[in-house]
Amino acid sequence: MEKRGHYLEIIIKNFLGFWALFSGFLFPFIIFLILFYESRLAIKNFGIVKFLTTSTWDPVSQTFGGLPMIVGTLISTFIAVLIAAPVAIGIAIFITELAPSWLKGVITSAIELLAAIPSIIYGMWGFLILANFMRSYVEPFLQKIFSPFPLLGKLFSGPPTGIDVFTTSLVLSIMIIPFMASVVKDSFNLVPSVMKESAYSLGATKWEVIKDVVIPYTISGITGGLVLSTGRALGETMAVTFLAGNVAQIPSSLFYPFTTITVALANQFTEADTPLYLSSLFYLSLILFVLSFIILSFAKIMVLRLQKRWK
Amino acid sequence: MRIYRRKVINGVMLFISFLTALYGLFWLFWILGTLFVNGFRYLTLDLFLQDPTPPGIEGGGLRHAFVGHIIITSLATLIGIPIGVCAGIYYAEYGRNSKFFMALKNITDIMVSTPSIIMGAVMYALMVVPFKQFNALSGILALALLMVPVISVTTYEMLDLVPHTLREAAYALGAYKWQIIKDVTLRAAKFGILTGILLGVARISGETAPLLFTSFNNAYLSFDLFKPMATLTVTVFNYIMGPYDYWHKQAWAAALFLTLLVLVLSLLAKALLYFGTLNPFKWKEKR
Repeated sequence: MEKRGHYLEIIIKNFLGFWALFSGFLFPFIIFLILFYESRLAIKNFGIVKFLTTSTWDPVSQTFGGLPMIVGTLISTFIAVLIAAPVAIGIAIFITELAPSWLKGVITSAIELLAAIPSIIYGMWGFLILANFMRSYVEPFLQKIFSPFPLLGKLFSGPPTGIDVFTTSLVLSIMIIPFMASVVKDSFNLVPSVMKESAYSLGATKWEVIKDVVIPYTISGITGGLVLSTGRALGETMAVTFLAGNVAQIPSSLFYPFTTITVALANQFTEADTPLYLSSLFYLSLILFVLSFIILSFAKIMVLRLQKRWK
Repeated sequence: MRIYRRKVINGVMLFISFLTALYGLFWLFWILGTLFVNGFRYLTLDLFLQDPTPPGIEGGGLRHAFVGHIIITSLATLIGIPIGVCAGIYYAEYGRNSKFFMALKNITDIMVSTPSIIMGAVMYALMVVPFKQFNALSGILALALLMVPVISVTTYEMLDLVPHTLREAAYALGAYKWQIIKDVTLRAAKFGILTGILLGVARISGETAPLLFTSFNNAYLSFDLFKPMATLTVTVFNYIMGPYDYWHKQAWAAALFLTLLVLVLSLLAKALLYFGTLNPFKWKEKR
């Protein structure tokens, strides 16, 4: 009887251990290997630097360069984070410092609901509702305001179609606000109240406490939240597929259609008819995977560092 | 004068932060509002009971997509749950003091946010190319792998909340570790683990990207796992991109159903977490 328990212990430990090893190591590693293996043809043909700097994506002549997709991904992500960051920090401040306790739960749940809406819903809503609204009202209005200025005017030039960098980034920013807000809110909650109270006792206003005590002490948490949502925005597919317009060009203003890595994958995977074409798409997914993995690890490290400090 | 200025700045900044909260709510209500208005307007019984008509002929429904969606998500859940829970248990019970396994846990946490379309690409290489056709099984596996990190990280966090004294009491009685896991920690954390499972299901039931080129799409009711199978998400995507007005209407209704499903799952998970963590875990916080 004693023996049986002992053997079971060994078996169960190893069984559980295998799955732990699988989900933490084998799983990401196998993904990397498969993507790398499948993209070997494109890597051999175009190399790394050439693929990253060529802006032609032409299935007919079999020349594939990832620059338009990579630039598109980076631009839309950057603008989305730029819009989302102040909003998310504002929401976190509102929830932790301002809202009465009954409102706290309501706002927190509402913001979490934003995160729960499937991305295809954002996509179809953006495509059928928001894009029309942007085309008829917002974008002409922005053009009218900004056209006299030399640099800003260029940024907002071009035909306002609604299917462009601007609308895509706006929808992306709405999608990442909840992730950023929840990380920032959690780190705000980690600030010991003694710290805040000592600042209040010196006569500081609420805003001064937030600006000079709370934010400096949670800066790595805020950065972590920012970077985490950057990683999320990089890999967002469905919403962007509806709104980007899928034109393999580097957009010259905010009102031009463009493409991202995920859009290219979603639209072209099923129609890739030559091995080189397919391999180039796998190459793009490899780049996306590595990029988002690095960015998300960075975010994780930032958040872990904050937690360690307060333990 | 200076005090006056500081007070004004304080008021302005706090008001701005109030506005940001309103900004978030504004989008939430706009999206959900449009979805509910359009979704309910086009919701019919035929949507659930009829198969699609040939393109261009009005009528029909999305029975095939509902059935396919249920098959794919439930099979994916069946595969994903045991893997995720096993990994989570190991991290919490055996790997807690090992630097290596804690690093693996953090990597799993990173994998939660990996682009889901990557999983589709991997499954395309693994399952679609060898079989020479799109098949439902590849979609199932892609979704199962997507939910594994979500479940294992939540399982770990929930088991981590179980007070150590509970485990030590069982050790003192001479129990094996597997007996402790089975009878003490899993029992104490069962609501939390269920929360993780629900979150995982919520995550995959709204996914489109990994299914686009694995389970693909199908205009007919199909139960064959080695053939393409329609899902609600992919069907909505195709219908919205398609030219017919009645397609758009059906897509709105399906989208409403999909969103309600995901929202209910997430709310359920939240409620469960709230009630599940009410009693035993409070010990840790008080200590």
